[in-house]
Amino acid sequence: MARVWIPSLMRDLTAGDASVVVAGATVREVIANLERAYPGCQARLLQPDGEVQAHIAVAVDGEVPVMGLQAKVGQNSEVHFIPPMSGG
Amino acid sequence: MPKSLIIATKLNGQPVQFLAEPRQSLLETLRDTLHLTGTKEGCANGNCGACSVLLDGRVVNSCLVLAAEAAGREVTTVEGLAESGKLNTLQQSFLEHAALQCGICTPGVLIAAAALLEQVPHPTEEEVRQFLAGNLCRCTGYDKIVRAVIDAADRMHPEVTQP
Amino acid sequence: MTQYRVVGTRPVRPDGSDKVTGRAVYGADVYLPGMLHGKVLYSPYAHARIKSIDVSAALAMEGVLAVVTGADLPPMTTDEIVQLGESAIGTRYMRDMILARDKALYQGHAIAAVAATSIHLAEMAVSAIKVEYEVLPPVLDVEYAMRPEAPLLHEDLTTRSLGQATGRHSNIASHMRAERGSVEAGFAEAHVVVEREFRTTMVHQGYIEPHAATAQVTADGHYTVWTTTQGSFAVRNCVSQVCGIPLGKLRVIPTEIGGGFGGKTQTYLAPLAVLLTRKSGRPVKLVMTRAETFRSTGPTSGAYIRLKAGARRDGTITALAGSMAYEAGAFPGSPVGAAVNVCFTPYKTDNLRVDGYDVVVNKPRTQAYRAPGATNIAFAAESVIDELAEKLGMDPLAFRLKNAVREGDLNTWNAKLPVIGLVQLLRAAMESEHYSAPLSGQNRGRGVAAGFWGNWGAVSSVHMVFNHDGSINVVEGSVDIAGSRASMAMLVAEELGIPFDQVNVTIGDTEMVGFANETGGSRTTYATGWACVKAAQNAIDNLRGRAALMWECATDQVEYIPGKGFISTADAEKLLTLREICAKMNATGGPVYGVATINAGGGAPAFAVHIADVEVDAETGKVDILRYTALQDVGTAIHPAYVEGQIQGGATQGIGWALHEGYVYDEQGNLKNANFLDYRIPTALDVPMIDTVMVEVPAPNHPYGVRGVGEACIVPPAGALANAIHRAVGVRLPNLPMTPEQVCMALVAKAEAK
Repeated sequence: MARVWIPSLMRDLTAGDASVVVAGATVREVIANLERAYPGCQARLLQPDGEVQAHIAVAVDGEVPVMGLQAKVGQNSEVHFIPPMSGG
Repeated sequence: MPKSLIIATKLNGQPVQFLAEPRQSLLETLRDTLHLTGTKEGCANGNCGACSVLLDGRVVNSCLVLAAEAAGREVTTVEGLAESGKLNTLQQSFLEHAALQCGICTPGVLIAAAALLEQVPHPTEEEVRQFLAGNLCRCTGYDKIVRAVIDAADRMHPEVTQP
Repeated sequence: MTQYRVVGTRPVRPDGSDKVTGRAVYGADVYLPGMLHGKVLYSPYAHARIKSIDVSAALAMEGVLAVVTGADLPPMTTDEIVQLGESAIGTRYMRDMILARDKALYQGHAIAAVAATSIHLAEMAVSAIKVEYEVLPPVLDVEYAMRPEAPLLHEDLTTRSLGQATGRHSNIASHMRAERGSVEAGFAEAHVVVEREFRTTMVHQGYIEPHAATAQVTADGHYTVWTTTQGSFAVRNCVSQVCGIPLGKLRVIPTEIGGGFGGKTQTYLAPLAVLLTRKSGRPVKLVMTRAETFRSTGPTSGAYIRLKAGARRDGTITALAGSMAYEAGAFPGSPVGAAVNVCFTPYKTDNLRVDGYDVVVNKPRTQAYRAPGATNIAFAAESVIDELAEKLGMDPLAFRLKNAVREGDLNTWNAKLPVIGLVQLLRAAMESEHYSAPLSGQNRGRGVAAGFWGNWGAVSSVHMVFNHDGSINVVEGSVDIAGSRASMAMLVAEELGIPFDQVNVTIGDTEMVGFANETGGSRTTYATGWACVKAAQNAIDNLRGRAALMWECATDQVEYIPGKGFISTADAEKLLTLREICAKMNATGGPVYGVATINAGGGAPAFAVHIADVEVDAETGKVDILRYTALQDVGTAIHPAYVEGQIQGGATQGIGWALHEGYVYDEQGNLKNANFLDYRIPTALDVPMIDTVMVEVPAPNHPYGVRGVGEACIVPPAGALANAIHRAVGVRLPNLPMTPEQVCMALVAKAEAK
């Protein structure tokens, strides 16, 4: 089970909850389960081809995993959806 | 195609002859014709100093000097600051003080600093900053450059610092 | 505090002597036999439809061997998002940026490129290209761009957001929001509230070396590109995507680089050089002029910012809120996400709401610039925090310390912060000699500011092989912008227990070494250094195997004592020095390698605190910096002189951003100051010595505790100077740059208000 932090603009789908607990062994599974519990989330997070939207990065336990949607999510992991950030 | 001139000059202590079109700058011919790429182009309009060379001992922006103007004069570039394969005190001081990061401004700064130390054996911090104001550096913030120049001056003319 | 032998010392860098003698080869220093010179035709208009491009006159000129336009790019099949350089940008947008298709979207947008036998012929050929433009009204201001009546840059752009999709076409490319608690409740609870708006101007990284790229192709279709870049693998990816060349047929060799600061994470010339070499069959070199660098490459965003902060009388912050719109330039992808991220990170609060908008305007597409997004927002946030402290009658550092985040506190996105050094930094600042030194005299003031940057880890590859005399050759793929080669050698020397000068470090090109993310994001000493350490450990393991072979024992009975040699735990008499094992490498199986690749993840975050003393000339508005101290949490300083150098350089760029620099556009979108005279970066006369204080709070996950240092230092200067100016002459400046003109106008307004 992972704690998924719901971005402010998506809390209309979770009745205002800022974080929810969701099952899933990978990021992809977590999003699919999020969709089951709170319909509409997937459309906001993923592109039609199933990849993450360009203006989002998925962070697991504070880091953006290079495996992306395939990345493993642990029993007590925290998942955040944040904007992509770069260095210079 | 415009007719080239034959330019005869002294370059880093050696007599050279090369062809230059009237429109070519000294910077362009140093790099593209004479294969001395140590002198850099940063702006081509005399504002950054990366192209600094000595012309008859005086610091000039070689992007603002026509190649033809070098005829019969003495040009010193960064390659001529020290004997081949060696470093002079100023160059050594820059390395020890970490006075360069990317190094693109360094040739120009060294030329300007060399000219300064010829004229003013023990410049103050203010004098160093004033003299180097025409050499832009984006990496170092100038702190270590100033320290390296002052330290080089002390090492080059130690007798003057003794009380 | 760990005692190291090599780490923490200040050896001369191995590439130094070539750089002080003019031998080092930078981007424009590449010359190949039969080389042609390329020039680019750039749009003179900020916003225009391209009706036709006629290159026939250029092609007809003697000595002109190739001309390319957008029509020469292979057709696109999908609109895939490619993480290139460091900014996410649609592949389609990127190709359109490299060579415009149907619209010119900024003055300086590339339209066509030519290759000719001399640079002068190439320039004349560019002038001979006839382009028919339909000039459109430009959008040059981020606030205007967001209004419904503003002309649209892209007809198909709708606002991306995690909120409900509106489908409305707009210049707002995306909207994000970070929120927790209730800011309404928090402000209601506050005894003091400060609410301000700020405007910052677009600025350029200002690297002294313009962009350059040279390409050649063999008769059997293998391309080589030499270019000045922060990331050779990023260039390879870009050229592969844009020009349709498989990765295995494309070698990118990085030259030395004359500054990047994020601006050379995107390539502009390499794809053009490749297209031109493909068409002409000869090597082609392209070098930008200074004006082209200003007009055609990515500066960083100007921004419109509104911030609000509230605190109780006892100094506890109760709510932090803000809204910021960042200019992306012609295509989406400003660093507004990072701005939202760092905005109030130093300050603990339960109530936070920050909105960020990414907005397109008819200016060059922005690229990364040292802690992208952070300097603008920190200028605003640190001004507001300072004003709050002042209204509460609290010392500005004490106020920050009271509210400072610690390990376990939440960042903007509600993730817990790891081990960080902000509290240590603030204490060091309060106890510094600078902060307690008296500052007397008219119109003089002292200002402070904090700053945060997350830093980056990501991917690096390293391999190393021993020579028979025990020296070692290391190959890694991180372009060395400022001396990182030396730090890599120091880490390897430390791990192996050998002298620094026994370690050779080569920056490998894309066919010599495995993938590395670009040099930037404060990642090189952190991630590539980490990979060097791992590779050295791998090398030691392999050497232990050789010793075991020579001693006919098990490998796990062999130990390596750095500086001494290999010993056997089964036989106290046995000792082999590194040199002895290396001398026998061929007999024991051949040369010994050490290899490592790493994905170092997100990097270890860093805070910075700056103190600035200024004197303001009340007549001219000129601001002189009397004294400047930059404190920063550096984790572990591998080569202290280069860490100091990063801090001093970043601080100076921040000073330029704060006081002098800014793009000046006229109403048609012409950039008026595309030169180093009128785009005013600091000279040696504009800054004092920059004192640095390196606080070391090691990053717990890194083998040497390294934190990236290159970026956090550019974040506080604008805020520190704004606060210093206020304390000097009693005006709070809301716009960057804080030019003498701005200072004067504020002083006049203040006098008139009396």
